[in-house]
Formats: sequence, structure tokens, C-alpha cells
Amino acid sequence: MPNTVLLIGYGNPGRLDDGLGPALAFKLEALSMQGLSVEADYQLVVEHAHEIAKYDAVIFADSTVEGDAPYFFREIHPTPKEAFTSHSFSPETILFFAKTIFNARAKGYILGMRGYEFDRFGEYLSDKAKQNLDAAFEFIQDALQSGNLHAK
Amino acid sequence: MSKTRVIEIDPITRVEGHGKVTIHLDDQNNVREARLHVVEFRGFERFIHGRPFWEIPVIVQRLCGICPVSHHLAASKAMDLIVGAKQLTPTAEKMRRLMHYGQIMQSHVLHFFHLASPDLLFGFGSERESRNVFGIIEKMPDLAVQAVMMRKFGQEIIRATAGKKIHGTGAIPGGVNKNLSLEERDFFLRDIDQMKKWARGALDIAKKYSIDNIKAVESFATFNSSHLSLVRDDGALDLYHGNLRAIDAGGNIIFDQVDYRRFNDYLMEEVRPWSYMKFPFIKARGHIDGWYRVGPLSRLNTCGFIDTPEAGKALLEFKALTHGAPNHMTLAYHWARMIEVLHCVENIEKLLNDPDLQGTDLVVRGQRAEDGIGLIEAPRGTLFHHYKVDENDLVTFCNLIVSTTNNNEAMNRAVRKVAQDHISGKPKITEGMLNHVEVAVRAYDPCLSCATHALGKMPLVIEMYDVEGSLVDRKGQHV
Repeated sequence: MPNTVLLIGYGNPGRLDDGLGPALAFKLEALSMQGLSVEADYQLVVEHAHEIAKYDAVIFADSTVEGDAPYFFREIHPTPKEAFTSHSFSPETILFFAKTIFNARAKGYILGMRGYEFDRFGEYLSDKAKQNLDAAFEFIQDALQSGNLHAK
Repeated sequence: MSKTRVIEIDPITRVEGHGKVTIHLDDQNNVREARLHVVEFRGFERFIHGRPFWEIPVIVQRLCGICPVSHHLAASKAMDLIVGAKQLTPTAEKMRRLMHYGQIMQSHVLHFFHLASPDLLFGFGSERESRNVFGIIEKMPDLAVQAVMMRKFGQEIIRATAGKKIHGTGAIPGGVNKNLSLEERDFFLRDIDQMKKWARGALDIAKKYSIDNIKAVESFATFNSSHLSLVRDDGALDLYHGNLRAIDAGGNIIFDQVDYRRFNDYLMEEVRPWSYMKFPFIKARGHIDGWYRVGPLSRLNTCGFIDTPEAGKALLEFKALTHGAPNHMTLAYHWARMIEVLHCVENIEKLLNDPDLQGTDLVVRGQRAEDGIGLIEAPRGTLFHHYKVDENDLVTFCNLIVSTTNNNEAMNRAVRKVAQDHISGKPKITEGMLNHVEVAVRAYDPCLSCATHALGKMPLVIEMYDVEGSLVDRKGQHV
């Protein structure tokens, strides 16, 4: 188990299932787990790279429009991917910034929670997304407590 | 009759949100028309209809994950009028200003270092593989560190004044809900000299590029236009509050010191069938000629002076380039943006040394009203929020004109100009040519939509259609 872990849950809670990442962050924050720091943000931005350098591991939690429900969890590696927008880099790219600019050694993981509704305004999760959030929460809580961050 | 083929760039790389450029070529490969299509947010008015007005400054941040603070403050200013707060307490206004300067600083810095500087430092005709932020990291690592640390400084200012990033609550109707502690003040003062030094360095890069490449800057996507922004009552640049001023291409005043609560008397919005985004225009000049530009370039064109010493001096240099006449060069947005960064840092320093920030008188109330209008100079330009609230405190009407909408016509003209200059008559559309179009759009730093960004959600797609409208090529990637 890494000694210190940063979990960044990102997405827009005003866009339905896009809010899965922040929703997970708020649930974990409420647990006040030792060694775990939690951030919620609208998107991944460059300054996250500086923050990541302070931790042994970082978990990027986001909604995903594709892939199997309820979630996937996998290790990622620093990779320079040209950003689609400057305000929303990929987790691999943020990890790359952290490594190359700030000499970060943090291991990176991504927790993608399957969402279904994104294209309207609304501050709630769809029923299926809620179920996926609960499953992801249970998984990551167990993983953090057991110190076993294995890909799933 | 000549045939037309259509090339689509969808969406544009390194521009916020989603957008699509369509370039219509005739059978001689001359550009017949070029348009920027934007998938703008829709349904937001319905989303907040029936909500209590005091929730609005928080809810509107959901509009945009890129500039939530701008929406937070514009809505708060509108709600100030709803609760009858005609004049905020010094602590409240200065806390909001601090938040706003932090927001503009970090937004401009990100745009410059991560979107613009690869093009400016390496040349936008250079190899795509190195003309990006990774090229900056490899070849100018110190610059990359500066960018991240300046951005972080601005974000920390926002955190100290607005609260959590995703639930900013600092500004409330009639004032703010917290002041700045001495510990917070000292935390920021420790780094302020470094921020000023880096801001000067960034300004030097932008200025040097413009002067060294003046022929290209003068001609690239340049066209005459009117300009609009808020200015202070003495004509100074004011990013947080003021009255509306519009000038024409020659610098003549169209209107001045207009109370922004009357903006509907001066501006209208036009709908065009091919675009989701509206086209605002100045009523007095009509929908054909009444379009205008907003944002850093326009603000420096409309203001008479800047009241912070270093940015004030930089403005004089900027204006000297055009001998005091309005600067219409699209690429000069980058220089203007860096002058504003220095202005923000100077203002942040001034505010941090102001004991009013530790005041405890945070909120005022007055006579309740039903109509609230809030304007602010957001990073990308003038942002309009207009609400009506009924006797039960529920929102019954909402109209927003976001900064990028104000620049809609200008961005379309920039795309057209560049397409005609760099694509017309060429037998093949190269990546470099397409990038010229993107450089023109990026200069405006548009926020093209408040889109979701879930994994797998944002494909980068370029599509090409033949004269019959059949797709002949498509390239894409997922982030």
C-alpha cells in the first residue's frame, strides 16, 4: 500500500452522470481515511501535476461513456498525449507533466465509472450511474484499506 | 456553376470545448465560405427556472468548468441588484476583485503557455510533433514550471476567496461570506514578487513575438472591427466593474459610460440558421455592421489607461504600435492578454496589502427588486447575466450572453480571412494550413461549449467530404 494517495474525482456535477468523479470524491472525503487526500474538480488541469508530486500514488476518478459497467480500474503510465483542450488533459498526460516537470514518482491509476446521461443540465446521477458509483466506492474503499491497488 | 467541396475540422484542437470549422471550396479549390460552428450550451435557462435566487451564484458555475468564477461573479452582481445592494462593503468588493484577478491571471496564463506559446515560440508552420506543450517542456522546461506555478497561484487565490473549486460560494447576493485571513494574506505575499517577475517575462515573450514578426502579425487574420468592454467611470481598464463603452474601427465612440443595466437598449442578438450560437450586435449600427469584438484586445482598445504602473506603461507601448489607433490584429490578443496578466498580479499585490480584506462587514441589503443584471469582464470578454425573480424568490427568466458569443462574428471572420489567405488555390489541404485556421480561432481563447468531458467523450475528428457530400477521409483520436 502506498503511504500517501491522492484521489482526484473530476467532472461537472451539473451535467448528470459527468458528476460521477466528484460524487466519488465527496463520498471518500467523508471517510477521512489516513493517508488519503481527495480533490474534486471540474476537469484535469496542469496544476494537478504539481500536487501529484507530493504523493506515492494518484487515482484519477472519472465517468466514462464507454466500457463495461459498473467500473474499470487500471494502472496507467506517464504518456504525452496532445490535449484536446488545455483545460482537460488526459490522466496519462497529467502524470507525464508530474514526472517530467516535478520529478514525481507517483504511480498512477484510473477509475472509470460507467455513465449513461451527459448531454443535459441536471444535478443528479441516473439510476444506473448511482449503482455504478456505489460499486466503485465499495471497491476503492476496500482497495485503499487493504493496500491492494490491483487493476480490475 | 462551380461545384463546392466541404472540408470539416471537427473539433478544433487546443480550443476549449467543442467546435467545428467548415471550409467550403469551389472546384478550383478557392475558399468560397468558411464558418466556425459551435455546439453551445443549451437548456441552462430551463435548468435554473424556478430555483431560489440565492442558489444561482453557485449553480451557474455548472455552466462551465473552465471559467466558473466568471459566472459566479456575474450572477452575484445580478443578485446584488435583486437584494437591493447598490454599493458593496469595501471588504466584499475587494474580496470579489481578488477572486476575479486570480481567475483572469490563471486563465490567461494557461492559454498563453499551453495554447499560444508553442505556436509563437516554434512558429505555427513548424512540425506538429514538437509544436505543443510537450515541446515547451522539452526545450524550455523553466517556462513550463512557471506556467504551472503561476496557474497554481491563481487557483489558490480562488480557493481562498471562493472556497472549494467545485462548489465556490465566496460571493453571495449582497456581498461575500468570508474575508481573507492574515495567514492567507501572508501565504500569497510570499510569492507575489516571483509572480510579478514571471508575468513580466511572459509579457516580454508576447511583445517580442509581435514586434519581431510585425508583418505577419499585421496581416494574419486581421480585419477592422468595433470593440466593446466595460470601463471605469474615468475610462480606466476595469475588469470587475464599470460602464459599457463601444468604439468603432477608427476609435470613435459609439456609446460611452452606459449603465450596463440598460444593455438591452444598446445590444441585440441575431440568430443564424447554421449556428447554435447567437450573433450579438450594436443596435444603432444594425445587424450587418453592428458586430464587435470583446476580450483582452478590445479592452485595451476601449480603455483610456491602466491604473497599475507596470501594466500602464505596457499599455502605452502597445498603443504606440498603432500610433494610438485601435489595434485590429488578431494575433495581438496574445500581447494584450499578457498585459492583463501583469495588471492582475499588480492588483493582487495591492489588494493583499489592503487591510480592508480583513474587514468583517461582509454583506449589505436594500430594497428588494425583481430584475437583476450583472456584467463582468471575464477572461475571454464581456459576460452578461440577466435574471428576473418573482415575489416568491424564484427565478422566472434568465438570459446569458457569454464572452465567446460576443466574439462569434469576429471568429468567423478570422477563419474566413485565414482560409482565403492560406488555403485558396492550393491543390491540397495540408496540416499546416489547417493549423493556420486554428491559430486564428485560438487567439480569441474561445470557450466553445460547456461540454462534458468524460473518458472517451471527446474525439478529435477531421472530416473531408467530396463534391457530392460523401465522406472521403476521417481522422480521429480519443483522449
